[in-house]
Amino acid sequence: MAVTDERADDPNITYLRTDPDLPPVAIVDRSPMTVGKRILFAVIGLIGAVAWAIIALVRGESVNAVWFVLAAVCTYIVAYRFYARLIEMKVVKPRDDHATPAEILDNSRDYMPTDRRVLFGHHFAAIAGAGPLVGPVLAAQMGYLPGTIWIIIGAVLAGCVQDYLVLSISTRRRGRSLGQMARDELGAVGGTAAIVAVFVIMIILIAVLALVVVNALAESPWGVFSIAMTIPIALFMGVYLRFFRPGRVSEVSAIGVVLLLAAIVAGRYVGESSWGNDWFSLSPVALSWAIIIYGVAAAILPVWLLLAPRDYLSTFMKVGTIALLAVGILLVQPVMQAPAVSEFAWNGQGPAFAGALFPFLFITIACGALSGFHSLIASGTTPKLLAKEGQARIIGYGGMLTESFVAIMALITACILDQHLYFAMNAPASVTGGDAAGAAEYVNGLGLDGAPVTPEYFEQAAEGVEEASIVSKTGGAPTLAMGMAETLQQAIGGESLRSFWYHFAIMFEALFILTTVDAGTRVARFMLSDGLGNLPGARRFKDPSWRPGAWLCTVIVCAAWGSILLMGVTDPLGGINTLFPLFGIANQLLAAVALTVVTVVLFKRGQFRWAWIPGVPLVWDLIVTMSASWQKIFSDNPSIGYWAQHRDFVNARDQGLTTFKTATSSDEIDAVVRNTFIQGTLSIIFASLVLIVAVVGAYLCVKAVRSGGLPTTEDEPVPSRIFGPRGLLTTPTERRVQKEWDEFLHDHPPGSPPEPATTGGEKGAP
Amino acid sequence: MGRLRRVVDAVRWYVGSLMGDHDYRRYVEHMARTHPREPVLSESDYWRGRYADQDRRPGARCC
Repeated sequence: MAVTDERADDPNITYLRTDPDLPPVAIVDRSPMTVGKRILFAVIGLIGAVAWAIIALVRGESVNAVWFVLAAVCTYIVAYRFYARLIEMKVVKPRDDHATPAEILDNSRDYMPTDRRVLFGHHFAAIAGAGPLVGPVLAAQMGYLPGTIWIIIGAVLAGCVQDYLVLSISTRRRGRSLGQMARDELGAVGGTAAIVAVFVIMIILIAVLALVVVNALAESPWGVFSIAMTIPIALFMGVYLRFFRPGRVSEVSAIGVVLLLAAIVAGRYVGESSWGNDWFSLSPVALSWAIIIYGVAAAILPVWLLLAPRDYLSTFMKVGTIALLAVGILLVQPVMQAPAVSEFAWNGQGPAFAGALFPFLFITIACGALSGFHSLIASGTTPKLLAKEGQARIIGYGGMLTESFVAIMALITACILDQHLYFAMNAPASVTGGDAAGAAEYVNGLGLDGAPVTPEYFEQAAEGVEEASIVSKTGGAPTLAMGMAETLQQAIGGESLRSFWYHFAIMFEALFILTTVDAGTRVARFMLSDGLGNLPGARRFKDPSWRPGAWLCTVIVCAAWGSILLMGVTDPLGGINTLFPLFGIANQLLAAVALTVVTVVLFKRGQFRWAWIPGVPLVWDLIVTMSASWQKIFSDNPSIGYWAQHRDFVNARDQGLTTFKTATSSDEIDAVVRNTFIQGTLSIIFASLVLIVAVVGAYLCVKAVRSGGLPTTEDEPVPSRIFGPRGLLTTPTERRVQKEWDEFLHDHPPGSPPEPATTGGEKGAP
Repeated sequence: MGRLRRVVDAVRWYVGSLMGDHDYRRYVEHMARTHPREPVLSESDYWRGRYADQDRRPGARCC
C-alpha cells in the first residue's frame, strides 16, 4: 500500500508515503548504531553493573540510596534500547504507514492522535497509583535486595512486556478493551471467565486501597480534615470549569493545588484544637462508613462535578510529588537501615505479611514490577490516543519503566527508616498491643541491628509528625509518609517542616486512592449493569442513562467492596496482613489473563519463535500465583492458609472459648470464622477463573501450532495520513520530515479536502 | 533570556496539553477540516459533551 521513496542522501533510510501529494508518513531507519552511541551504552551498562555489584555484595556497612537509583536507571536504559527494541522488531513490527484507531476514528474527544510526550504523561498518570508505593514498602520487611531485584528485573522482563504488547494488540483492534479482546480471541468460555475475573478483582482492589486509607487516617484529625477538604475543593473546581471558565483546566488545577496546600497547613491547627479533635478524630469503623457513603455519592454524582476535578488534582499531585521525592533522594543521599536480606525472607513469619519470599514477595510487590491492572489502561484507553503504532514502545514499555522507578523510590524510602520504627508501624496491633510500650517490647524481641528502643522513642516519633500514635499504622502509606518526611525535611525546611511533609505525603496517597475508589466503582458498576443486561427481561440495565439501574448497581458494587473493607478494618488478625495478599494475587492473576491473551495472539499470528517473550513471564506469573493460591487455600499453617485458620477458629468456637489466639471475645472469634471463610472462598474463585483462562489459552496455542497459525481479529489496515516521531526525542531525520509537514500544512490550510490531520507531530510545540 | 523563555513556553505547552487546555481549539480545527458544513459546539458545550461521555463510559484508573 505504501510507496517507498528512497533518497540518495542515506541508503539506510526509507521514507514511506501513502499519498503522492503528501509528505512521507513514516520513516524506516536501518542505520547501524554509531560508534559514539556504542561507547555510550557500554558506559551506561558498566555503571549499572558496578551499581548492582555494590547493592548485591556490600555487607556490613550501609549502602547509599544513590546506588539503587543508578542500578535502576542504567538497567532501564539498556532494557529499553535493546530488549524493547528486540520486541519491537521481532514481535510488534509496528507500521507507521498504517493509521491507528486514533487517526481513523478521530472525533477530538475520546479518539484523537495525541503528541507522544503528552500521551506518555496521560498514560503514566493513569497507571501510577498507590499500588507501586504500598507494595514495596511492605516488601521491605524482607530486606532491600529481594525487592530491588524483582522490581527492576520483573518490570523489564514482565511488566513492561505486558503493557507494551497489550497496547500494541489493542491498537490494531480499534482500541478494544481487555475483556472484549479476551472474548474475541479466547472464545465465549475463556472470555466470560476473564470478564468475571476483572470484575471480582476490581472489587477487591477498591476494598484494599480503601483499607490503606482508613489505616492511614484513623484517629488522625489533621489527615481527616485535609482529605475531607478535597471534596469542597473539587466541587468548587467542577463548578468553576462548568459555569465560569470552561476548558481552563490547568488554571483551575493550579488554584486547586494552592487550596489543597492551604488545607494541609490549616489541618495542623484544626488537629490541635479541641473542636477539630472532636469532629475529625474518627475510629476506623466510622471512617470506613464515611468512605463507603462517599463512594456511593461520588459514583452517582456527574463526572464533571467531582471525579474530573479530582482527577486533575491527582495528576498534578502525583507527578509533582514523585518528582519531589526523586530530587529529595538525590539531594539527601540517605543510606539503607534495612539489611540486604532479613530472616523473614526465609521463615515466612514477617509481621507486615505472612509467607516466605517465594511466592509472597512477588505477590506483595505486584504493581511495581508487573501489574495486571495496567492492561485495562493499555487496552481501551491509551490506544485511542496513540498517533503512531511505532510510539507504543515509549508509551507502553517506557511508561511501565517509569512506574517501576516509582516503586524503587518507595522501597528506598521504607528501607532508610530505622528498622525498629519500620516494624513498629507495620506489625498489626494484635502483636504490638497498639501502644508504644507493647511495640517496644515486640520490636526489641525481633533481634534487629542497633540498640534496643524504649517506648519513648515511638512517642517522640509520633510527636515529630503530630500524630497521636504511629504504632501499628499498617498499610504502607504511613510508613512511606514517614520515610518521605525524613528525606524531604533534610532537603527542604528542616525539622520544623517534618510534620507538614508527613501529612503532605498522606494527603497525596489518600487523594489518588479516593479517585481510584470513585473511578473503580464506576467501572465495576458499568461491567455489572452490562452483565445484568444480558439476562432475560433486564435489557434496560444496558442503558447507562437509566438512573434507577445505575443507582442500584452503584449500591451493589459499594456494598461488595464496603463489606470487605469493614471486614478488614475489624479483623482481629489485622486487615492488611490478611487482605493484602488477596489483592496482590488478584492483581497478578489479572496479569496472567492479559499475558494469556497476548501469547495466544502471537501463536495465532504464527510467531512461535518469539512467543517466549510474553510466554516466559506468563508461565512465571502462573507459577507464582498458583503456588500462592495453593498455600492460601491448602496450607496447614494458620498464619498463611485461610482455611487452616478457619478450622482453628471453628474448633475454638465449638469448644465455647471466648479468647483464642489474637481474638479476645466470642464475637471476634465469630468474625475470624466469617472472614477466613470469605477470604478462602475468594481465593478459590480467583484461581479457578484464571485456570479456566489459562487452559483455554493453552488449548488455542496448541491448535495454532498444529495448523500453522489461526485467523486473529486484527483490523484491516488503513493508510495513514499523518506523521509523528517515534521516541521521546526527535531524530534529525524525523525533524526534517516534520519540517516538510509544517511547510505543507502552512501551504494547505485546513478547510479544503483532502487534508491530513495536524496532530501527532510537533505542531503547536515550541 | 531567549533560552529561558523557550523553556517556560515548553513547560506551559506541556502542562496545558496534558491537562487538556488545548483540546477545544483542536476540536474546532478538527471540525473545520472534516465537517466544514456542520455547526461547531461552543467551548462550554464541547466540555459538557466530553464529561457526559465519561459518565456513560467510565475509564479505569489503576491501583
